[in-house]
Amino acid sequence: MRWRVVVPAVVVAGLVVLLGYGLTRQPSILPSALINKPAPAFNLPTLDAADKRVGSDVLKGHVTLVNVWASWCVACREENDLVTEISQRTGVPVLGINYKDKRGDAKRWLARFGNPFAVVAFDRSGQVGIDWGVAAVPESFVVDRHGMIRYKVVGAITRKEMNKVLIPKLKQLQQAS
Amino acid sequence: MIPELGHLALVLALCLALVQAILPVYGFVRSRPDYLGVAAPAAVGQFVMLGLSFCSLAYAFYANDFSVAYVAENSNTQLPWFYRIAAVWGAHEGSLLLWMMLLSTWSVAVAFASRSLPRDVSSCVLAVMGSISSGFLIFTLFTSNPFARVFPAPAQGRDLNPLLQDPGMVFHPPMLYMGYVGFCVAFAFAITALITGRVDSAWTRWTRPWTLAAWMFLTTGITLGSWWAYNELGWGGWWFWDPVENASFMPWLVGTALIHSLAVTEKRGIFKSWTVLLAITAFSLCLLGTFLVRSGVLISVHAFVTNPTRGIYILSFFGVVVGSSLVLYAVRAPRFEAGTEPVEVLSREGLLLLNNIFLVVAAAAVLIGTLYPILAAGLGLGRISVGPPYFDKVFVPLTAPLVVLIGAASVMAWKRTRPQTLRSRLWLPLLLAIIVGVLLPWVTLGTWGVAAVAGCVLGSWAIVSALEDVVRRVRGSRLMLPRQIMGQTLAHVGVGVFVIGVSLVSAFGSERDVRMAPGQSVVFAGYNFTFHGVEEQKGPNYTSQTGEFTVAHNGRVISHLHPAKRHYVESDALMTESGIDDGVFRDLYLSLGEPLADKAWSVRIYYRPFVRWIWAGGFLAALGGLLALSDKRYWRRQKVRHSARVRASTQTVDA
Repeated sequence: MRWRVVVPAVVVAGLVVLLGYGLTRQPSILPSALINKPAPAFNLPTLDAADKRVGSDVLKGHVTLVNVWASWCVACREENDLVTEISQRTGVPVLGINYKDKRGDAKRWLARFGNPFAVVAFDRSGQVGIDWGVAAVPESFVVDRHGMIRYKVVGAITRKEMNKVLIPKLKQLQQAS
Repeated sequence: MIPELGHLALVLALCLALVQAILPVYGFVRSRPDYLGVAAPAAVGQFVMLGLSFCSLAYAFYANDFSVAYVAENSNTQLPWFYRIAAVWGAHEGSLLLWMMLLSTWSVAVAFASRSLPRDVSSCVLAVMGSISSGFLIFTLFTSNPFARVFPAPAQGRDLNPLLQDPGMVFHPPMLYMGYVGFCVAFAFAITALITGRVDSAWTRWTRPWTLAAWMFLTTGITLGSWWAYNELGWGGWWFWDPVENASFMPWLVGTALIHSLAVTEKRGIFKSWTVLLAITAFSLCLLGTFLVRSGVLISVHAFVTNPTRGIYILSFFGVVVGSSLVLYAVRAPRFEAGTEPVEVLSREGLLLLNNIFLVVAAAAVLIGTLYPILAAGLGLGRISVGPPYFDKVFVPLTAPLVVLIGAASVMAWKRTRPQTLRSRLWLPLLLAIIVGVLLPWVTLGTWGVAAVAGCVLGSWAIVSALEDVVRRVRGSRLMLPRQIMGQTLAHVGVGVFVIGVSLVSAFGSERDVRMAPGQSVVFAGYNFTFHGVEEQKGPNYTSQTGEFTVAHNGRVISHLHPAKRHYVESDALMTESGIDDGVFRDLYLSLGEPLADKAWSVRIYYRPFVRWIWAGGFLAALGGLLALSDKRYWRRQKVRHSARVRASTQTVDA
């Protein structure tokens, strides 16, 4: 009988440890099972027009940054300016995958916070997100000119990560023939 | 000079808070009644000092004293005076001051209202509140001093965050904090119960009004917040499952559970340790909310400036307060468990137990969704968002049964209810609810849908069954109903109204983006919107491009709307002001997008049926809380406590 009353205290102790851990550590990168594998194929309607489609063939021939986002995602709002900056500084086009969203909401979001994307694929059901191993948004993938995933960022891109890792990586892949 | 006085007053407030926290405990341990008596005057002194401190900061804002760093960062000479005063709680430091100010207001209220309580109980309650207050005062003085000076003083301040320059913002935070902090009283009573080892009907009768008052403020605060978001964010939405919204919603859910379980503990003397645990949990969630908002572990539209030191301090404080109270709970709670009899499913206590389970599980679901991003960050999965897809999926199935239960609330009697009674009293309300629920969307909006009708039936069920009880009671006795019963009815009607609003706005709400040139008209949702152009206007601290629209229905102009885009000069921020034509059955909501070629603009038109019902429901529920709070039984002095108990037991019989 007695152990039951101890449960709340244990739960809270766990919570405090977790929060303290989350508070003090730096965000880092998780290796993905997809790294150095071909990007999963997809064929989706675009966000702008339901009758136009965009598929994995757009990844071929040049380095691409693929950014999975949604209008309901607060962290995406935070990284949006950085995505724009990466695209401007490296000249790499950004393919957006709009994940489990509503068309109207997503369009309004882009109008409000700025549109860094060359084209946005509209993944209403989240099926393509599952193929790409997206656990939650935002996630970003660096895809090389042969359509291979070379790098993955889980969560919002930070300025430090952009300067130290993403931009050098993108430039290096652009130079490699 | 004045800011230094404010700072000094803050230091003195800390000293008094420490006195209020420590001396009564010493008196309690050593059985020295003279030390116990210190608590109340110390609480009054602390209140005076915090009031002085608060007024000094408000004065610094009013007088544009930019040598105070906090004022320089959050105000501006161009800002109208009422926003300058509201700017006191516009950012981290000042809102903490408001927090503590309200906490000491509650302490003083407790000090005056609990003269009829035994001295050791009231002093212990005040001591707990004093220690919470000391913790926050130390935090403020050492990490977030609102009176810190800058040298040289800037000639002009930066501006108050334009999002906050809205009348809703003037009232929303004080109401919300009043609710947050109010749960500290219930918490203090729970700790006192654990220390003294008494959870009897007298204890619940002291705790109930305080819990109700805090709940009422929290309900009002959340409702105002939702209204503010609708008006100000320009997205036509009323709830975003933002981490900070969740932070206020979790204590609300647990607080609601607490109100109901207190009723069981008072009437039947069971669920004692559960009630105490709920009281601790409600306030712990308030503290957790404070941590989430101010530490920057979560990203949100509301988040204050991130600062790891502050985060670590609040987290340690949270750990100490909640950890020690739960350890105390673990040690002392087993003694409350004696002599509990099994609870019948078909009884009021069974119903309230179910209510508690659903509310607490719903709160846990919100907690998991809110903390998952931190968990993910902790496990190295990066910063991510859990959004509405999760919450909508989890939350609706958890709360719909609650509304079904509400219908049986007034019919269920304590101890045991015969199924025949339920059947004979509920068939008519059920029939009426189905009729109203089916007809309502059709008559008012002319459309239909399965989800919408289901929602309307559910909402009408809550309303009709609550009213059935009133009708039956009034017909039976012709006497005025006890305010507590009326309050309960009103709150349940509020829930029904809220449910109808939510179902209809989510089923039939629609929006459209259009390009409009001056003189052009668009027909949307049966209304004819005509755009007449955009005009430059000047506000006190912004320039505005204001659109002129007329709305016509059946060939008659029904409204002129002026959505605007404001450019706040000092902070260089663009804000969207929506133009809203409100109505009982629908809102028309216009918001200006971007200027396009040839004086055309992109315009967003929202059609929001029944959206007002959402806030109406919230305010009705809060009003119900106020009505129940004004019930005579809470305001009798000690002398009549005996007769109150007799009355309570007779109520048990007739209910």
